[in-house]
Amino acid sequence: MMKRTLYISTLSVVLFLMAFPAWSVNQGGEKEELNVKEFITEHLADSYEWQIVSTGTRHISIPLPVILYSKSTGWHLFSSSHFHHGTKPYRGFEIAADGKYKGKIVETAPIGNISRPLDLSLTKNAASLIFASLLVILIIMGVARSLDRDPMNPRKGFVGLIEMLTLMINDEVIKPSIGERYQRYAPYLLTVFFFIFINNLLGLIPLFPGGANVTGNISITFVLAIITFLIVNLTGTKEYYKEIFWPDVPTWLKVPIPLMPIVEIVGTLTKPFALMIRLFANIMAGHSIVLGLTMLIFITASLGVAVNSSMTVLSIIFTVFIDLVELFIAFIQAYVFTLLSAVFIGLAQIESHPKKKVIVKNHAA
Amino acid sequence: MSLLTPEPGLLFWMLISFGITVFLLVKFGFPMILKSVEKRKNYIEESLLAARKAHEELAGIKETSEAILAQTRKEQADILKEAASRRETMIEKAQEEARMESEKLIASARQQIDAEREKSLRSIRDEAAVLSLIFAEKILREKLGTEQEQEKMIDRLFNELDMSKS
Repeated sequence: MMKRTLYISTLSVVLFLMAFPAWSVNQGGEKEELNVKEFITEHLADSYEWQIVSTGTRHISIPLPVILYSKSTGWHLFSSSHFHHGTKPYRGFEIAADGKYKGKIVETAPIGNISRPLDLSLTKNAASLIFASLLVILIIMGVARSLDRDPMNPRKGFVGLIEMLTLMINDEVIKPSIGERYQRYAPYLLTVFFFIFINNLLGLIPLFPGGANVTGNISITFVLAIITFLIVNLTGTKEYYKEIFWPDVPTWLKVPIPLMPIVEIVGTLTKPFALMIRLFANIMAGHSIVLGLTMLIFITASLGVAVNSSMTVLSIIFTVFIDLVELFIAFIQAYVFTLLSAVFIGLAQIESHPKKKVIVKNHAA
Repeated sequence: MSLLTPEPGLLFWMLISFGITVFLLVKFGFPMILKSVEKRKNYIEESLLAARKAHEELAGIKETSEAILAQTRKEQADILKEAASRRETMIEKAQEEARMESEKLIASARQQIDAEREKSLRSIRDEAAVLSLIFAEKILREKLGTEQEQEKMIDRLFNELDMSKS
């Protein structure tokens, strides 16, 4: 009990001391009004360079390659450092400061028309995505090789953890959700789980090479949801299609206006849509909350030392708490995405109604 | 809002990187892990079965060894019993034989003794006869020293003869 009290009081003192530099820095360089909304949106959005740290007017960031295809001038490949953090145009391209394409590269035609070229730039999210993919491949292949070399020896440590997660998702999520033919889908669903999980975790690390809002980006979740949609609808059984186009309902619901089929078709589309939005919104919201709580420090900087210091402590405590919640969410969202994908695949694997499966009583229980 | 519209660039990179990830992991990664785990599971199950079998076998061996031990013990007892009975009969037989032998010996000894006694009796009787004759002669000689006496004797003898004849 004594130890704990000591620990907590020491921590609070340290947090208070940490608050002062933040305040003094802001006192020194207070030039512009802080736009919280813009700041958060900017951090959530993609960018053409990987920002590491910014102090005042100095930006330290890693430039990333810009790949563009313009209808008038063809392919372009150059470093994003040519834009000087979005302040200068290059080869007729520039990063839009505002308007419809804010934050994106636009092409200004000689007439003054602003248009977007085909933008395949390796942005921050894309780079983080590739990094995470490599990490996932490295981890899983490493574990697979380690297990393959000596399968009889039970593992501890990291290999054991990955094995445990794999088995948990395989046995507790995929197998019961899909049923008999689960083995066909298990590797893909496991890949999805680890891909989302690692990306979520990397997003929580504020330092390079983490911190990108990859799974909180709709492009990413869109691709994931589309693949689930394709798997569900391309490997469905005959009975599944019959239930969509000719469901077992009174005929007037199907002819002349195909009411039920329309409802069913909409249903097949809403399922992946929900998957896409759920993952995207959860992760983005998590990043927003963490950023917002951190911003508390800088918002209150102008309110004096006492308020600023106490709010800093509060902000750090809240941020730590939310980060812990986010760790949990990182796992839960990967889990839920995998679970729902498996459930949707399982629903498309139905057999015809008359020969319903005989419920085997579990004697073991 | 740009946050809600998919970016073609990011879609492109996502498709490539996720595609490669999926290809590698679906083809090599997870099947390998699941196979290894399955292998281990089977191995553990087999080991458990083998252990149970060995255990049962051990119990069987124990049982048979106990049975063998019991049988041997029984046999031992039987042998001991038989030996004891044989010993008894042997002793009995020996005793019988000894008795018979001794009886025979005694019988033959008695016979011999009888024969000896007979012989000695006969010799005694002979001796006694001779002696009595000698004594009788001497007595007669004493008694029949005079004529009178001799005649008296002859008369008595005649009388006795007559008496016995009649």
